[in-house]
Amino acid sequence: MALLDIRNLTVGFDGPAGRVDLVRNVNLQIRRGEILGLLGESGSGKSLTAMAVLGLLPSRMKISGEILFQGTDLLGLSEAKLCKWRGNKLAMVFQEPLTALNPAHTIGRQVAEPLRLHKRLSRRQAHAAAVDLLARVGLPRPAERAGDFPHQLSGGQRQRVVIAIALACDPSLIIADEPTTALDTLVQRQIIELLVRLVEDMDAAMVLITHDVGLLAETADRVRVMYSGSIVESGPYDRVFEGPAHPYTRMLLQALPQGAAGTGAPLRPIPGRVPPPDCRPTGCSFRDRCPQAQADCERTPVPVELEPGHEAACLLLPQVVR
Amino acid sequence: MTLNTLEIKDLVIRYTRSGGLFSKRQVASAVDNVSLSIAPGRTLGLVGESGSGKSSIARAVVGLERPASGSITVEGKSLAGATASELRAYRRSVQMIFQDPYGSLDPRLRIGQSIAEPLGLDPVGSPRDRVVEALETVGLSAEAATKYPNEFSGGQRQRIAIARALITRPALVVADEPVSALDVSIQAQILNLMKELQQTHGLAYLFISHDLSVVEHLCDDVAVIHHGKIVEEGTASEVLRTPAHDYTARLKNAVPVMGRRVRGMQQTQTAPQAVPKNEDRN
Repeated sequence: MALLDIRNLTVGFDGPAGRVDLVRNVNLQIRRGEILGLLGESGSGKSLTAMAVLGLLPSRMKISGEILFQGTDLLGLSEAKLCKWRGNKLAMVFQEPLTALNPAHTIGRQVAEPLRLHKRLSRRQAHAAAVDLLARVGLPRPAERAGDFPHQLSGGQRQRVVIAIALACDPSLIIADEPTTALDTLVQRQIIELLVRLVEDMDAAMVLITHDVGLLAETADRVRVMYSGSIVESGPYDRVFEGPAHPYTRMLLQALPQGAAGTGAPLRPIPGRVPPPDCRPTGCSFRDRCPQAQADCERTPVPVELEPGHEAACLLLPQVVR
Repeated sequence: MTLNTLEIKDLVIRYTRSGGLFSKRQVASAVDNVSLSIAPGRTLGLVGESGSGKSSIARAVVGLERPASGSITVEGKSLAGATASELRAYRRSVQMIFQDPYGSLDPRLRIGQSIAEPLGLDPVGSPRDRVVEALETVGLSAEAATKYPNEFSGGQRQRIAIARALITRPALVVADEPVSALDVSIQAQILNLMKELQQTHGLAYLFISHDLSVVEHLCDDVAVIHHGKIVEEGTASEVLRTPAHDYTARLKNAVPVMGRRVRGMQQTQTAPQAVPKNEDRN
């Protein structure tokens, strides 16, 4: 059984001109011990998918589908019941560590909080455990630093604290949304290596959400590529990055400056831009920007399996592959 | 020898901060004796982490920051000791593009007004024609001039910011992380546009970025700055392919790339010296 099994997740709201879907029919499974990469540009729906799992979407959002976590549908839970999972077996790490931390409390207290809440530890026990956690995430002089406030820490140190909070209750799933994007290059490297090592040590699973292709190539076991609210391609990381099947994935990889560096050749951008969710073209939402688009692309694409575990939702694929 | 478009000599920028209610004010050097030059039509990439001083240099070049010592000249013109008209001439020849295309345009001004603003009292040609010309140069239509910033996407706003920078026909454009806030597919459009404009207008760029692959693509030369000092400089391919300084090498190796794995390193580790070190260095 998958640890997390998202089935037909759709997230939308009722706009002035009718229903607007921001996440469309997303299916996603993650097993224990696995790192799943969710790749997408802004507006692709990758963060909303994460927020839906954590039950953090605003109430005006209309959510349908199922989010099964260890067999329980999180969407059917009351806020009180969901609170028992969140920050406990289901943990999160966000992009901006400064906003994720409370400026008015010491970091020791913030790391201890989930332990007090979920594990019912005494203040003294929780504090000792918090210091241990701060040591585990590599914060120097943890016993002393536990008394510091977030503003006394550097960006990298803050993100270590956020990770310590996430680890506090031995989560089975960590959702990390752009955990290194706000950090400097060298710190970024330390934090991602730390996260991967901890996930491996705990045999936990991680959904890693990012726009950084290189980051996923280094860390993810499987990758899901999102575009305009839908998953357009999914598969093992090496299959997706070495043999991308969906035109969007292919063009995204070609647009990276890495390929053209030093050659002096112009980059190959994807023409146009991501359509706003209330004016996507019918059928394939990439067809306005796709050089291979045909009349057939007005139909809604369904995922085509190219090889075991590697799928892409493009109507042109059966003809290309077979 | 032709005159360099930008010449920075022994630049020092200091910030003072109060060390608390009763202690003395502390002085910190953000930029420490930096010398750089850019020839006409060339791009110099300034690479470094946050706090390295790269943005302070950029701000000093456009006159937003007063240096403690050293000189900055653009096409032989200097800000220090300039008369009012010399100041205007200097400001016309240097323009800046910022990182955040949402924050750098006044939401209450129509695009046309924003773009025409740097012209000031510049008498050359009618402002309207210059605005239309600038918009067309960056691939936007003349109608854009009557709209407001909120009607445009991030990539389009960055085009507008470039149009505003070009309207004074500058010799030097300082671009501080101009594509960092943009999605990959849009980033490529803007980088291509910057390169095209350089060729057609003979612009020199001071390009500030933390993204080494973008720098390697766009820049002719690179200077690596660390704690306010230039630690390495040379052509982009020299510096970024075969870094001589340890800091440059560390930066380069920290960038996530295809074909390398962090995942499963613990299990497959054979070379102990490659074990990731996690003690916090900042």
